[in-house]
Amino acid sequence: MTDAVFDFREVEVRDVSKHYGRRRALAHVELTGRAGEILGLLGPNGAGKSTLLSVLATLMRPSGGEVRYGGRLAQEVGDRLRGRIGVLGHDLYLYGDLTARENLEFFGRLHRVANLKVRVDQALDAARLTDRARERVSGFSRGLRQRLALERSLIHDPRLVLLDEPFTGLDDASTTALADRLRSLRDAGTLIVMATHDFDSADGLVDRAWCLQSGRARLLEAAGPGLGSLRERYRRALVEASA
Amino acid sequence: MIGVFRAAWIIARKDLVVEARSRELAYTTLFFALSCVLVFSFALVHGAESPGADRATDAAFHSQLAAGILWVSIAFSGTLALGRTFERERQSETLRALLLAPVEHAAVYLGKLVTLLVLMFGVDLVVLPVVGFLFDAPLGAAPGLLLGVIAAGTLGFAAVGTLFAAMLVRAHSRDVLLPILLYPIAIPVILAGVRGTAAIFAAEPDLGSAFLWFSMLVFFDLVFVTLALWTFGPAMGE
Repeated sequence: MTDAVFDFREVEVRDVSKHYGRRRALAHVELTGRAGEILGLLGPNGAGKSTLLSVLATLMRPSGGEVRYGGRLAQEVGDRLRGRIGVLGHDLYLYGDLTARENLEFFGRLHRVANLKVRVDQALDAARLTDRARERVSGFSRGLRQRLALERSLIHDPRLVLLDEPFTGLDDASTTALADRLRSLRDAGTLIVMATHDFDSADGLVDRAWCLQSGRARLLEAAGPGLGSLRERYRRALVEASA
Repeated sequence: MIGVFRAAWIIARKDLVVEARSRELAYTTLFFALSCVLVFSFALVHGAESPGADRATDAAFHSQLAAGILWVSIAFSGTLALGRTFERERQSETLRALLLAPVEHAAVYLGKLVTLLVLMFGVDLVVLPVVGFLFDAPLGAAPGLLLGVIAAGTLGFAAVGTLFAAMLVRAHSRDVLLPILLYPIAIPVILAGVRGTAAIFAAEPDLGSAFLWFSMLVFFDLVFVTLALWTFGPAMGE
């Protein structure tokens, strides 16, 4: 297996379906994202948002259809593809018995991050946790862990970032800081796919959004004068989907 | 991408740091192993002494009993450690983060195996002298071969156990299922360990027989580790 860095500028989800036995989690989902975009996945609980994120993260194989990263399938690229994907799940993927710095160093080593110490210092600074770097994560509040987990998912400068409810547990200041961080990532050429229920935080942040319901994805109208807020456009899409 | 062995070491070192802080696994497995040895020794040895039995029969029986109790304590305490090692990765779903890292999934298996081996070897080194003392077992008869049998048997048990513990990490009744699945597969390792250890513990050690059992354990290790490395990735798929 070659050790060359793999990169891509586009992710295409083509006719992807996913079944758990008889239950349908995703049905013929179509979605395309390019580097420098923030995509929103909206929908009620159990709509298939987390399943779609798992498929994009290569943690699940679709039952039908395919996902292409820069035109290539995940199995064609192998383990190197995972080095270009960052995931912040609903569970934060942090070790409570390790300190904030040790968590970042551990994942940085696994991702073979160059200049690890400098990179970890930057990540701690971005998470505003420099002064608590030597404290165990088990003593952190949900909001602090959420900030650290975001930096953990970004420690290797991924091209594709998958976020599942990233605003959970954050106060207003942290929500604003997270939105700013995501905008700066988008400007740097990162493709971000975000599943969220927080319409207020996502409004004005996502470039395009899909409404998922019963495994089906529907592209929301683009934001524009007279089209209403993200919440209003989402509600209209739900009504149209059920009509 | 980093190599399998380097990634395995990074994962094992992280686990050992966590364990050094909590000492949860070390204390519980050690306490459990010593309890097993003490309970069995007081219950079986005193009850097994019969005035009519000749000394040679009694000595042979004691050597086999000592070997059996040693391996029962290793297997039981190892099972306890297996479950908890992966329970830690279940909290906060860190196992998913490991599987998302750009390393071969075999590295996750090897890292967990190394952690478990360090822990189980530590327990072995404490339990072995206790068994020697309680049963008057000749630990110095063939110390190299004895350590080889114990190490090879522990590796075989941990190799299968690590695979099953990983496969069951998302199962609801994993604590019940682990011994049910593990022991039937691990029985050849435990039996070879018992026979090899009993041959060394005998009043007149049968080193030829002990070496044969040791060779068999090495064979089991090669088969189990190879099969586990081969199946771990697909088993962790979804």
